[in-house]
Order: sequence, then C-alpha cells, then structure tokens
Amino acid sequence: MVKRQVMFTFPQELIKEPIIYNLSQQFTVVTNIRRADISEDKGWVVLELEGEEKDIEQGIAWVISKGVRVDPVIGDIVEG
Amino acid sequence: MGYAIALRCRKCGREYPLEPRNLCDFCLSPLEVNYDYKSMAKAVSREKFAGGPQSMWRYRELLPVDSEVVDIGTGFTPLVKADNLGQKLGLERLYIKNDCLNPTYSFKDRVVSVAITKAREFGFDTVACASTGNLAASVAAHAAKVNMNAYVFVPSNMEPGKLAGTAIYNPVLVTVDGSYDDVNRLCGKLAARYNWGFININLRPYYAEGSKTLAYEVAEQSGWCAPDCVVVPAASGLLFTRIWKGLDELAMLGLIEPVNTHMYLSQAAGCSPIVNAFAAGSIHVHPVEPDTIAKSIAIGNPADGYYALRVARQSGGGASAVTDEEAVAGMRLLAETEGIFAEAAGGVVIAALKKLVASGLIKKSELTVAFITGAGSKTQEILSDIVQTSTIKPTPESFEEVFGVSV
Ligand SMILES: Cc1ncc(COP(=O)(O)O)c(C=O)c1O
Ligand SMILES: [Zn+2]
Repeated sequence: MVKRQVMFTFPQELIKEPIIYNLSQQFTVVTNIRRADISEDKGWVVLELEGEEKDIEQGIAWVISKGVRVDPVIGDIVEG
Repeated sequence: MGYAIALRCRKCGREYPLEPRNLCDFCLSPLEVNYDYKSMAKAVSREKFAGGPQSMWRYRELLPVDSEVVDIGTGFTPLVKADNLGQKLGLERLYIKNDCLNPTYSFKDRVVSVAITKAREFGFDTVACASTGNLAASVAAHAAKVNMNAYVFVPSNMEPGKLAGTAIYNPVLVTVDGSYDDVNRLCGKLAARYNWGFININLRPYYAEGSKTLAYEVAEQSGWCAPDCVVVPAASGLLFTRIWKGLDELAMLGLIEPVNTHMYLSQAAGCSPIVNAFAAGSIHVHPVEPDTIAKSIAIGNPADGYYALRVARQSGGGASAVTDEEAVAGMRLLAETEGIFAEAAGGVVIAALKKLVASGLIKKSELTVAFITGAGSKTQEILSDIVQTSTIKPTPESFEEVFGVSV
C-alpha cells in the first residue's frame, strides 16, 4: 500500500459529478479529503489517496481522462 | 545551537519536530521553521552582524542550523545604486541587489547552503534534486565541497550543453526519459522510497530559510532600514515569501523599524499562475503549463503560490507579468545602463519594474530594490540575435572606412 497526496482542479462542467466517489468505488483507492474549495465556476480539492500503486496510477489516469487536472500537492519539483 | 524550535504548518499551525519533512500530515500544507525569537533577540545586534563574515553566514543566528555550515562563499553580494537605470525608468532611489555574484551565479547558493548543512546534520550521505539549471549547479557544487553523493534529475528534452555548468562538479546526472511532469512524479516517488536529502522536498523548509538572507543583507546594506518597494522574481513563490519573512523578523528583533515594504512579485506571462490569481482576485493559484524563455522561473504548479499571493496582498504590493520580448528588453536595459548581465529572470524583474513605475504603483521617490537573482551567462542562447558585429579587413584604413573615424 502506498499513499499519494494530490490536488484535483475541476473545471466548471465537472463540479457536480461525483468523481471522487467514483474513483474510490472503481479503483479500490481510499480517498481522504484534507482541504477543498468549490465555488460555482471552479473548484479544487487536496486529498490523500491510499491503495496499491497500480490502482492509484490507474485511478489518477481515469480522473485525468474525465477532464480534471491532477497535480502533486508538493508543487512542481523540477526547478530552474 | 541555533534558535529553531519546530516546524510549523503554515495553514493549521500544527507543530512537528525539526526533521526532514515538508508537509503537514494533517492538512497537507507546507511547513515552515519556527524560532525562539525571544532568545534570538538577546543574541543578535547590528554591531555583532557587522563584525561577522562577509557572507550570508553573518546571520547564522537567524538560520535553522546547529553545526558547522557548508559554505562555498555565498552571499553579502553588492547592493548597487542604479542611477542610470533609475533615470530611464523614472526612479530617484533605485537599487539593484546583484545576486548574480554568488559562487554558482545565482541566489540558489543561499538556499542550498542551508539545505546541505541540514542534510549533513540529519546524517544523509546523499542529496538529490530535480533541476535544469540554477538549483542543479548549486546542489552539485555544495555536495562536492562536503563529499556527498548528489543525484540531479533532468527531463530528457534538455539540451546536454546546458548541463555543463552542473556536470563540472561531477554529480550523478540522470536524464529521465519523459516529460517535465514525468520527472516531477518520479521525484515525488523516489523521495518517498529512498533515505536521501531531497533538496526541495524533505529539506524544503530549511532550504526556504536561506532566502531570508537576501532581506537581511538589503536591510543592513541600506543602513538598517527596509525598502519602500521591492520587485522579486517568483517561481514556486518561496523566495518572495522569505524576503518578506526576513524583513518581518528584523523588525520583530528590533533591528529595523516596523516594516512597510510593498512587495511586488514578477513572473513571465508564459508562466504566471500567481500573477493570474492576483489579477483575478482569487485566493487559489491554478496551475498552468509553462511556455516561456525564462526557464528558471517557469513553475506551473507553485508550491508556495498561495502564500506568495497573500504577501503581495497584505503588503500592499502586487504582481506583474511580462512577455518574453519585454524580458529580453529588460535584460538589455539593465546591462546597457548598469553593466549587469542578468539571466532571463532578471529581465523579467526589470521589465516588471518598468511597468510598475509606468502605471504609478511604484513612485518616483520610493526606495526601491530590484532583486537580480541569476547571471546572464546561463541563458545566453536566448540572446543570439542581439549580436551585431562589423567586419573589417585587418588594416587601419578599413577600420576608418567602416567607422568613419580619422586620426
Ligand atoms: C534565477 C532565479 N530567480 C528566482 C527564482 C525563484 O524561486 P522561487 O521558487 O523561490 O520562487 C529561481 C528559482 O528557481 C531562480 O532560478
Ligand atoms: Zn496543517
């Protein structure tokens, strides 16, 4: 089991979809929300994912395929 | 022993011991070093600093270190009065903090000097970073100085020629067959898997503190006062927040008057997530895909963007983005007026300064400091089309004919 801390950024059209719920149902990934801000036109959620490495990878790929932007919580590591 | 007492979550305030760790377990926000300022205040004075070494380590008491420091000669760089540039822009009291003049030619030596000192204290024998330029060179140089292993990760689309300034220090250079984002993800996983000091991951809270020395130096070099306005380049936003913290600490320690510095951050328009949020009045920084020649500050998902945004707002400052053309013009203007050859990030700062003055936000008589954080020799390739020479035959006559001068 591994843990991964990520930020999801939702475009307006996806705010009402139960993406995080579906992620946990379809990929055996435990989702644990730590911070979030959702308004009418956009939203972001900081959460920890826990599961098997491959389930997390597949889950994230699915979330991205839905149109959600997924970034590491620690920000970009590659610096100039 | 130093005066650092704990790591503290910037969001929820939870405290953690001083160990290699960068995120709050609870809310996943960045951690920051907290100090015993009461005891620190008793140990510092203007006179004591003045008698210290001519380097960033004259402010050792304000930094989170407990052992002999790893120093390759960083800091106490010149603060020069820029009258020619000031005149061009319409400023009477403009100063340039020239941090090109560090051992590896950028301000990153300040942050890395602290991070490697901590890495050694924590007992790491290996340090690592992911960087295409300034950070890579600095990490490799400091690791060389103390005989540590250094791994430097770069995306595969990097031109190999760009890495000579890092390779010379003989780190392990790892080219990752993948994109910028792939390298980000890989490094996140490696940091979790290996017991390494990852400079901008588990050592990040300590690394961050090194940037405060820029503020200390500017204040001391100005006769112990804080500027009215500063313009600072922002990538992750960390430098910007720590310049503010540095000034704030000096005031708290009674070394300067209460700070009323307007903090302006600058980014390239091709990668300006923090400026975008400022302009939109948003409190959240939405990540972007970088597309700019100012590669050293091209961070699409800035870890400290939220906090940088807060500093810009709270200080009555602002945020300004400039195009690549404006940045190159800024580099040229700085070189032509002050004889300082900055890299693209410096061009961004000068171009942003120009805009801020033109729009009336920074006023003529305000004491203004522009932070030039990296040297131009690092990004020469973006200037290839400014080179214009006149070819002559190897005779005095040919010279006089072409240039119209006579004896
Ligand atoms: C030359 C230069 N200036 C400024 C910065 C900004 O750094 P920060 O990530 O602290 O905002 C960087 C960082 O990579 C840099 O290389
Ligand atoms: Zn927290």
